Amino acid sequence: MSHDSLVEVRDLCVSFATHQVIKNVCLDIRPGETVGLVGESGSGKTTIGRSILGIGPANSGRILFEGVDIANVAPRDRVGDAARIQAVFQDPYTSLNPSMTIEDILTEPMVARHIATRDEARLKVRELLDQVSLPADAAQRYPREFSGGQRQRVAIARALALSPRLIVCDEPVSALDLTTQATVMDLFIEIQERTGVAYLFVSHDLAVVRHISHRVAVMRGGEIVEFGECDQVTARPEHPYTRRLLLAAPVADPIRQAKRRQDFLNLDAGS
Amino acid sequence: MLKYLSRKLLSGICLLFIVSAVTFVLIFGSTENVARNILGESATAEDIAAYNHQLGIDRPLLVQYGSWLQGALRGDLGDSWTRNQRVAPSLQSRLPVTLSIVGVAVLLTGAFSVLLGVTAAVRRGLADQIIQVISVVGFAMPNFWLGLLLVLLFAVQLQWLPPTGYVSFSTSPQQWAAGLVLPVAALVFSGIASSSQQVRGAVIDALNQDYVRTLRARGVRRRSILYRHALRNALPAALTVLSVQFVALLGGAAVIERIFAIPGLGSLTVDAALQGDVPVLMGVVVTLVIVVVIVNIMIDVLNAMLNPKVRLQ
Amino acid sequence: MTDASTQIKAPLSREKQRSSMVKSVLKSPLGALSVLLILAVVLTAIFAPLIAPNDPAAIQIFRVNAPPGDGYLLGGDGSGRDIFSRLVYGARNTLLGTLIAVGVAAIVGVAAGLAAGYHGRKLEVGASWFFDALMALPAMIVLLAFYQALGASIHLSMVVFGVMLSPGFFRLTRTLVKGVKNELYVDAARVSGLSDLRIISRHILRVVRAPVVIQTSIVAGIALVIQAGLEFLGLGDPGTPTWGGVLQSAFENMYVSPQAVIWPGLAISITVASFVLLANSIRDQLQHGGQPARQPKLPERLSAFGRQTEADVLLSLRGVKIGYPGTSGWREVVHGVDLDVRRGEVLGLVGESGSGKSQTAFAVLGLLGTGGHVLDGSILFDGEELLGKSDEEMHGLRGKRIAYVPQEPMSNLDPSFRIGSQLVEPLMTVQGMSRREARAHALDMLGRVGLPDPKRTFNAYPHEISGGMAQRVLIAGAVATYPDLLIADEPTTALDVTVQAEILELLRELQAEFGMTIVMVTHNFGVVADICDSVAVMRQGEIVEQNKVTDLFANPTHDYTRNLLAAVLDDVEVRRYSPPKFAPQEAAQ
Repeated sequence: MSHDSLVEVRDLCVSFATHQVIKNVCLDIRPGETVGLVGESGSGKTTIGRSILGIGPANSGRILFEGVDIANVAPRDRVGDAARIQAVFQDPYTSLNPSMTIEDILTEPMVARHIATRDEARLKVRELLDQVSLPADAAQRYPREFSGGQRQRVAIARALALSPRLIVCDEPVSALDLTTQATVMDLFIEIQERTGVAYLFVSHDLAVVRHISHRVAVMRGGEIVEFGECDQVTARPEHPYTRRLLLAAPVADPIRQAKRRQDFLNLDAGS
Repeated sequence: MLKYLSRKLLSGICLLFIVSAVTFVLIFGSTENVARNILGESATAEDIAAYNHQLGIDRPLLVQYGSWLQGALRGDLGDSWTRNQRVAPSLQSRLPVTLSIVGVAVLLTGAFSVLLGVTAAVRRGLADQIIQVISVVGFAMPNFWLGLLLVLLFAVQLQWLPPTGYVSFSTSPQQWAAGLVLPVAALVFSGIASSSQQVRGAVIDALNQDYVRTLRARGVRRRSILYRHALRNALPAALTVLSVQFVALLGGAAVIERIFAIPGLGSLTVDAALQGDVPVLMGVVVTLVIVVVIVNIMIDVLNAMLNPKVRLQ
Repeated sequence: MTDASTQIKAPLSREKQRSSMVKSVLKSPLGALSVLLILAVVLTAIFAPLIAPNDPAAIQIFRVNAPPGDGYLLGGDGSGRDIFSRLVYGARNTLLGTLIAVGVAAIVGVAAGLAAGYHGRKLEVGASWFFDALMALPAMIVLLAFYQALGASIHLSMVVFGVMLSPGFFRLTRTLVKGVKNELYVDAARVSGLSDLRIISRHILRVVRAPVVIQTSIVAGIALVIQAGLEFLGLGDPGTPTWGGVLQSAFENMYVSPQAVIWPGLAISITVASFVLLANSIRDQLQHGGQPARQPKLPERLSAFGRQTEADVLLSLRGVKIGYPGTSGWREVVHGVDLDVRRGEVLGLVGESGSGKSQTAFAVLGLLGTGGHVLDGSILFDGEELLGKSDEEMHGLRGKRIAYVPQEPMSNLDPSFRIGSQLVEPLMTVQGMSRREARAHALDMLGRVGLPDPKRTFNAYPHEISGGMAQRVLIAGAVATYPDLLIADEPTTALDVTVQAEILELLRELQAEFGMTIVMVTHNFGVVADICDSVAVMRQGEIVEQNKVTDLFANPTHDYTRNLLAAVLDDVEVRRYSPPKFAPQEAAQ
């Protein structure tokens, strides 16, 4: 399996002070694949993403990117494709510096990685904006002039600037309204199909994860309790915790929800 | 809580040592001209060498500090170079004078700041603007200038209060109080200016918290929300402001004591600074640092008691 | 939370650009005045020889303590020198000293603050201790003590004073940096491969800049006062004219020519005041974007009073408009909402952020955010008009017949009080219970909302319990008076999905038990499907559709509702994986 995976996380452990937040996590992502990482608050799902990005620690274990261990290597010390791993974060209001223009924000990664001069980078901005369906005149404007969904598109464009092979998406749609959420999800899928980028898609929302993922890992208390094909994990889960998670999320249909609620209560009564 | 207290105490003692060492090196390290200043221009080189030897400042600094520290730990801060007095007893007689002025000033500053700060936070509008203006004026008027104006008005023009002089509390409480009015007024005004602003900010902050809305929705009255909940949560910030004020007022007292001819630590410090009386200066610095450390620990403990997260640890 | 008042503030704070910032400070009257005054003092200092009519050191013995006039604009001092000329020259020395102190303080404090804030932990502990220690030293006394060591030059003293003033800059910078360090855009910059130095210069310094300018202005005032104080005590170079020195000379001759005391003090005060005013006006620009948050005049409510509702309608809204003070008059966020809630039903008020659903709910409670007002309309509760009621009259309803469950459980409990006392207090004031009765009832309610150990929770502080437990506590507090109407503002949004299911179950049980009417503000159609009997859909301050839940889901009539329901991601097809047939770099180019 390891020969065709893009990223392989092996026995990752992370502790903050004396508290172990990630316990022996194993995970792999294939090229062009979306792996959904779902769990409740404090389950450690964000921590794994940060370790892969190199902005969070990895106390033991390995994070192999195309066979090279990148655990504990800061982003600026990474080389090759590993240097182009990118991120889209949860809150589009704080993930863009309010005092920089969209152009400054989009050229920053290219200039920092020396893959383009400032002028070349500027030319690329138009193309990036086009990829995320934003108008070309957005470049000279500031983040505050955009809505939440549009800002998240800017954040996606920034992630695409380095033509990454992996983007870690940390709850990228949970701060968005329902309708915006759907269009941003579609954009993620469209970009993946066009460019073959892989996603590690972190979310608390099983429905969102089901929509975009090929495979899904469920986390609780720093451990992966279930990892498998999307349909199996999100429709016919094996682990009781996944089952509980699935039944707890209400569906937007009063009649089916009444039944689902009963199933959830039965699950609790049975355990 | 006990651990918290002992940590604060330890840190205070460390501070005391470091400050005493640094101050000692700096002020004992520059004593070349002392003998010349004291003996006058006519003194010969031998006279000066002999005098330096007599003062003990011809020894290496470290040795000097060692012997000073030895004495200090026993409560002996050496002899004054310019007045025929030991340092420790003269500090002892002057400290209560300064502390009484600063103590009264801090209490009044605290009381007025809370009063004005809360009023400004709750009323907003005109009351707020008036308080803002007062605070700019208070900040901009140096306390020594205000002191002079007060003397001109109340002592010289109106002759309501004595312009100078200090009578100890035990001699005559009435005269003691009369003597304190003007110096304390001069000190308090600028103190209130900055503190009331910070109290205002803290109260507004507390009133904007989510739980205030929830409490109101449960039917808790405005008065209780302000005095029980908002003030309670603003108190730690106010106490911290007060501890900063205390330090500032100690400095301000030096100038004020000068204007009102009050025999406190401040005027002693000014005289010692002008005359180069190094042991006295050393004694003053150490004494005041001890006072500040004690006050800060008291405020830290009070704050910790107010904060359940610290208290329960 | 979709609180309009926070939405108004958010885009204006921090995001002002530098050039427009300078412009808007200059446009505000106080800002312009203070800049003008500071400029005047600076120019006076530079062109002192041109401005001063006399040599500041020249002594005219017959002019000792002379009154103003005769070429001595402000009179003569104790040695017969021209006070005015001395003050003009004094500006030089005073400003230079201030500049030194402020420069040293800012450089030391900001540099240390950046380092400690950004690199954190060990460095921070050490640096913080050092700067805390500096703050514990009375500056005036230390400067007096060092006077002999530093020599008569006031400038050297001001260097030392600068160091003593640096803790203010240090603390400010450290706090700001620690705040911004965890901003996601700094994480994004790190992921992009920026070095620490570039992150600091590109991202962090921008945030620190404006507050440091404010602090600089204030510290300049403090430095000036202390410097003048030292000179007033005679600790300056007697050869150079200084403001403090002029004041000292006036003090010595106070009984002969009292008016001489006024001028140097005025010079100091006006200069310091302009520094403070400058700081204040920058701060105002930063906080309010320059607009004074003044409340526009309230329009007269046009809707007729004395209207009647059907007997089974508990809450009825007609034409409710809600506004917040804006740049030009009221900014309306809710534009005339009509809504009926029947007794015993659970009504879902759904919409996206900014739709005005929370504002509508808060209007019923009479608890709109700062500045918010119901501009028009009528709110009938059990046949009684709520609008126009005084706070005291609302008091009889809030917490008694109308209750509220908030969104964020933790921030809605006062951290300084035990949970028990926060429950007991309203029971005593609203229900008039004795302390003992209130305590027994509160314990009862805590047990009723499913807390396993009510006594322990009662005696706990908010930080000792989990978010799910805190939400149960808040529900206990809300239902403790058996209210007729419960307004729940996104009560499960901040909770994990499994906890959400439990809380919804609890609300359902309580509703059945007490027969409460519930208005449930939410953005989640799953929650609506789970608990609501009827539902009203809001968009941009208006209700677009109201219907029974089963009908709305089966037959949405409004396009917007249909769009919303279509965006729900339940039961989508899962994607099939196939490895990409091309290298991703090529595709992206």
